[in-house]
Amino acid sequence: MSEDYILSVKGISKSFGGLKALVDVGFDIHAGEVYGIIGPNGSGKTTLINCITGFIKPDAGGQVFFKGKEITGWPPHKIADMGITRTFQIMRPYHSLPAFKNLIIPLWSPRAKTTGGWRGGGKHGDRDTVAVDILEEIGFERDSRVPYKIASTLPTGYQKRLELARCMAMRPEIIFCDEVFSGLSMSEIAGMLPLLEKLKMEGITLIMVEHRLRELFRVADRVMALNFGEKIAEGLSHEVIEDKRVKEAYLGSEKV
Amino acid sequence: MEQTRKERIDRGLKVRTGGIYAISSGREIMYLVGPRLLLIVGILLVPLFLEFAPYWKRVVNIMCVYALLALSFDFLANYVGLVCLGGAFFVGVGGYLSAIFNVYLSIPMYLSIPLATVTGAALCTVLLLPCLPLRGVYFAIVTLMYPLLFTRVIEALDVLGGTNGITGLDGFPNQYVEQYAIIVVMLLSLFAMRRFVSQDIGLVIRGVKDNDQAVRASGINVTSIKALSVFIAALMGCFGGAYIAHLYMWAGISLFALDFSIIPIASVVIGGGGTLVGAVIGSFILVPLSESLRFFGTLRIVIYCAALTGFIVFKSEGLMVYLQRKYHQFERWVKV
Ligand SMILES: Nc1ncnc2c1ncn2[C@@H]1O[C@H](COP(=O)(O)OP(=O)(O)OP(=O)(O)O)[C@@H](O)[C@H]1O
Ligand SMILES: [Mg+2]
Repeated sequence: MSEDYILSVKGISKSFGGLKALVDVGFDIHAGEVYGIIGPNGSGKTTLINCITGFIKPDAGGQVFFKGKEITGWPPHKIADMGITRTFQIMRPYHSLPAFKNLIIPLWSPRAKTTGGWRGGGKHGDRDTVAVDILEEIGFERDSRVPYKIASTLPTGYQKRLELARCMAMRPEIIFCDEVFSGLSMSEIAGMLPLLEKLKMEGITLIMVEHRLRELFRVADRVMALNFGEKIAEGLSHEVIEDKRVKEAYLGSEKV
Repeated sequence: MEQTRKERIDRGLKVRTGGIYAISSGREIMYLVGPRLLLIVGILLVPLFLEFAPYWKRVVNIMCVYALLALSFDFLANYVGLVCLGGAFFVGVGGYLSAIFNVYLSIPMYLSIPLATVTGAALCTVLLLPCLPLRGVYFAIVTLMYPLLFTRVIEALDVLGGTNGITGLDGFPNQYVEQYAIIVVMLLSLFAMRRFVSQDIGLVIRGVKDNDQAVRASGINVTSIKALSVFIAALMGCFGGAYIAHLYMWAGISLFALDFSIIPIASVVIGGGGTLVGAVIGSFILVPLSESLRFFGTLRIVIYCAALTGFIVFKSEGLMVYLQRKYHQFERWVKV
């Protein structure tokens, strides 16, 4: 029964003209799980996120259920309002605003206003203070001037954190992370891991698209592999990485 | 060779008066409120100086209408990210509605103007709603097309007075009411807009311009935010239209003239986009300038265009951006 899962995806396909970006992809996720999605470049990972979060409409036949309720084809803001939010692979801060002002927008959202948002910041009269608190929680040094800098001038590591903070601020139930590790140094990733653990402890379900497999496997409970838009494997991380088709997808066929 | 670069440093006075620091001296208070006071008192005194130049009083009135239109353009373009060529659309709708209320329905002027402002803005917003979800030039084109469409409809169907327009609107009781009505509304709009864009809702609006996808991913309906913004911008434009209709006691198709769409844009370019004050200052320069050039006949447009081009080439940041920088910061050359 789909009610047992927080998110159920069934038979999602998406074609761009002749190109089949996704072919009949489905998976189920339990609340509180960390679920990884891996696959070579162009295998359809971002397209899958876009289909689930409403940014593009999947082809007819696919279905997405959130807590048993069908949300297929809903506009993105309605899906986000239910508690499903996402980061963007190409980072999209509100570039002309200072970092902490970036969080005013999710804190102002209808969802944050009704549910309180992160740490009740949405109901709090003074959103600025809560915004700086959230940034501190996510690793912006409060006493430095970093939280007050214009977002577009921040280094990549901070911008990635800001993407996550923007999702956190709404107090969502599910966060889709589209390659939050890419472009970061080893030490920066090491700094991000506790943060993800913390989100998990807060009961937020994380779905992480990653190329950095080693780092992903440290946090992910289960992993799915995509290749040319098809699901080729799913299971515990070591099972998936041992899978013959996954190895072929990443390394090319052994027969060559 | 020794290299130098220009360094800009905030004036001590700005640092002291900004943010959390307590304001402690008269000088600091003046630093903060001085420029605002200058603008307010200056514009409020203008009518008194023009006591014996009634023609120029009219120019000042029209100048304030253009300032309102420029404000609405600056807000939509630089805060919401919608390039709106709809000045003429707003003015036309506001003007005709006010005429309908006042002449056809015999609603007194002090009600017909506010009524036309609100219903006009609502009407404009509804008519623009279909192109709000689109990105790119569609919004600009549609806002430009509506005035043409309305003009042709009024001409072809001979409705709303046809080419003669609607005559017999109430005029203002006296010159002072006529003049201060527009000046006060213009100043209030300016300061209200400046306050509005710095509120949380103002940040959400700026977020839509920076990155509408992330706003959607935050569970906010971008189209309704844009609709609200268009409504606010249209309020200013429609008030301007209703005011002009009563000023001339006539509403005709010239209310849909392209001037109302183009001159505000030029004003924002000259005054400095994104400052809101710049839009007002730009109109204060451009409208009287274009008026005093009437003497040159058709050459007027040539001089006008040359001035504008010069401005874009040599001071593309706009007057207010430049002045604000000089006011708040000093510059010095430092060795690299
Ligand atoms: N809007 C679009 N129009 C046409 N083709 C698209 C569009 N979006 C994605 N594609 C194509 O769909 C395929 C899957 O793209 P997608 O971005 O989902 O891959 P990905 O797995 O996220 O890759 P990466 O690891 O590089 O981010 C690619 O071949 C891409 O070119
Ligand atoms: Mg991708």
